[in-house]
Amino acid sequence: MSATLEIRNLHVSVEGKPILRGVNLTVRQGEIHALMGPNGSGKSTLSNTVMGHPAYEVTEGEILFDGVDIVGLEPDERSRLGLFLAFQYPVAIPGVTVANFLRHAINARRKAENPEDKGISIPEFRKLMMEKMETLRMDRSFAGRYLNDGFSGGEKKRAEILQMAVLEPKIAIMDETDSGLDIDALRIVAEGALTLHERIEMGILIITHYQRILNYIRPQVVHIMMDGRIVETGGPELVEHLEEHGYDWLREKQSNGA
Amino acid sequence: MTTRRRVAREFTPPPLTRADVEAVSKQYDEPIWLRQARLEAWAQYEALPMPTTQDEAWRRTDYRHIDWGSAGALLSPNGGAFDDIPPENRDPLLGEERGGLVAFVDGKPVHDEIGEVLAAQGVIFMDLRRAAREHADLVRAHLGTRAVPPDEGKFAALNAALWTHGVFLYVPRGVQAALPVHSVFYATHPGALIGRVLVVLEEGASVDFLHETLSPTLGADGSYIGVTELIVGDDARLRYVALQDWGLNVFEFSHQRARVGRDARLDWITGQMGGKFLKAFMEIELDGEGAWGRMSALYFPADTQFMDLDTQQNHNAPHTTSDLLFKGALKDHARSVWQGMIKALPGAQKTDGFQANRTMILSRGARSDSIPGLEIQANDVRCTHAAATGQIEDEVLYYLMSRGLPRAEAEKLVVDGFFVPVLDRIPFENVRERLLAHVERKLLGA
Ligand SMILES: Nc1ncnc2c1ncn2[C@@H]1O[C@H](COP(=O)(O)OP(=O)(O)OP(=O)(O)O)[C@@H](O)[C@H]1O
Ligand SMILES: [Mg+2]
Repeated sequence: MSATLEIRNLHVSVEGKPILRGVNLTVRQGEIHALMGPNGSGKSTLSNTVMGHPAYEVTEGEILFDGVDIVGLEPDERSRLGLFLAFQYPVAIPGVTVANFLRHAINARRKAENPEDKGISIPEFRKLMMEKMETLRMDRSFAGRYLNDGFSGGEKKRAEILQMAVLEPKIAIMDETDSGLDIDALRIVAEGALTLHERIEMGILIITHYQRILNYIRPQVVHIMMDGRIVETGGPELVEHLEEHGYDWLREKQSNGA
Repeated sequence: MTTRRRVAREFTPPPLTRADVEAVSKQYDEPIWLRQARLEAWAQYEALPMPTTQDEAWRRTDYRHIDWGSAGALLSPNGGAFDDIPPENRDPLLGEERGGLVAFVDGKPVHDEIGEVLAAQGVIFMDLRRAAREHADLVRAHLGTRAVPPDEGKFAALNAALWTHGVFLYVPRGVQAALPVHSVFYATHPGALIGRVLVVLEEGASVDFLHETLSPTLGADGSYIGVTELIVGDDARLRYVALQDWGLNVFEFSHQRARVGRDARLDWITGQMGGKFLKAFMEIELDGEGAWGRMSALYFPADTQFMDLDTQQNHNAPHTTSDLLFKGALKDHARSVWQGMIKALPGAQKTDGFQANRTMILSRGARSDSIPGLEIQANDVRCTHAAATGQIEDEVLYYLMSRGLPRAEAEKLVVDGFFVPVLDRIPFENVRERLLAHVERKLLGA
């Protein structure tokens, strides 16, 4: 059965200040959507609200995963349902190695499914991790580094995709994964995401400001967010239009419509 | 009409007497010099006042709630045996090979063993009382003479007069001990446990040493009055790991000091987990030119545990280096105090001293105080300190949880990670694992 993330009339406030003002968006497993929009329009707010960040308060609307409202769930419960967020700004966890963290993340899933589970065996885990690291062309030494601690911008983004590859979510939100990546890294990371899309039908909501990553991960649907709302939805041609014309035409359209 | 009077409890001493000193000395059939030393220490003990919260070093450290009725009676062995010690605390440190294990239960020697390898190297590792007879010159020259003299403080004097058990480690000149050694002080019932650690490394010697002090939770207040002396000769290298895991009604008062010779290295790591109350003075004297000393601590008080760690890094010679890293996590209503002093004598030029105490507060009711200090009398030195208290950040928890880790597990991972820089300094894998398991029990415990 394929999973669906359905966001209905979502209103979100931070510290009492409204940020999202009625967002509607549906992403199914197997689909690729792009979400674009000017700085500060609310894209990361949407991502973090879907993932369950405690600072974002849902004041109205619903977030459904397979028809069940997940607004009251903790981030870990949402993750175990099959949601994943590749963060725009991953945080550093000093003292916790990439390998140790991944093993904990895998085991948390196994334990949730079966409380008796003893956890993944070390050899099995090593094999899995090395395999994923190889496809992302990451150096072996990466596994022993403290998660995101002193990572370069590009290394952080790669580490996010490594986690995604290991956890194999049903639906992933990639929040500006392309920013900070050099041209080669961008291709490798995009291929990593595409592989998951093809192999396990991972649904993708990709947030970006630029066309480049979308040349690899080709969206069927493109949404544009402004001031906390999705104001335009269309096909891939929208991306080119934006590259050429920016957002002004949309702003005008908005104010004319209002 | 009734008037209510607050009972101002006093800083009373334990109900021990000179007769106890004589009895202890007699019981063990000690050499005369040791008996003399005990009686002199007793005189010093009597001359010193009990520390009070008026004393700077004890300002935040009130022990008036101790019940000396149970904690002040010398512990009697009562049939405690080696098997009483939990197996993980007497397992070999590395694989199957054992350098040596000396263990005491309620002050009684229950295991006194040095392996063939170290014995062949000339290493001495044994019950200190036995050493006082069999290696009298060595013990007499170093016991309470160089590192912790009896007049160091009230509890140091008490220890010198009344110690009932101890461990002695001696590594001869130029010998690199091929295996680590391990000692355990264990208590099975409440009372006053008075023990000593004496380590002497001759020039160019080296060894790794794990010392553990622990007990289960006892039925009433207990105390540990401890003295640790680490004498690291010129060019010698000592790695000393001390783990404390007393039961929740034990009060520890201890004086611990290392003397580090020319170009010698001391790596001192401590894990402080148990006890109701802890006052530990831990000091490094960098006596010889080029001496290096590092002191690391991992501490985790929970419930209403109180820990006061009082450190000194004394640069007494030029070109000396000291490095202190203390990391504490505090839960429930726990409290910790760290006061750390770096001193550089006039003449101690080109010295480099660093100290950092970092604490993580895991509950609203917990509190930690850091009091760093510098006393620099040389002009060409580099001494810095850092202290920081924080909590687990929401962003960090959210990040970990977004990968499927339940909150408690995410917290554990963060705390583990916080302790890692100190854990990494412990050369024994099974000790690191034990400490992590302890951290987990504490975190998950209500
Ligand atoms: N935790 C927060 N606290 C306060 N304000 C916030 C918080 N998160 C978001 N905001 C505000 O909400 C608005 C939307 O921010 P958001 O990060 O969602 O934008 P974005 O579309 O992701 O922008 P960008 O393209 O720059 O990443 C901004 O005005 C931002 O300042
Ligand atoms: Mg953003």
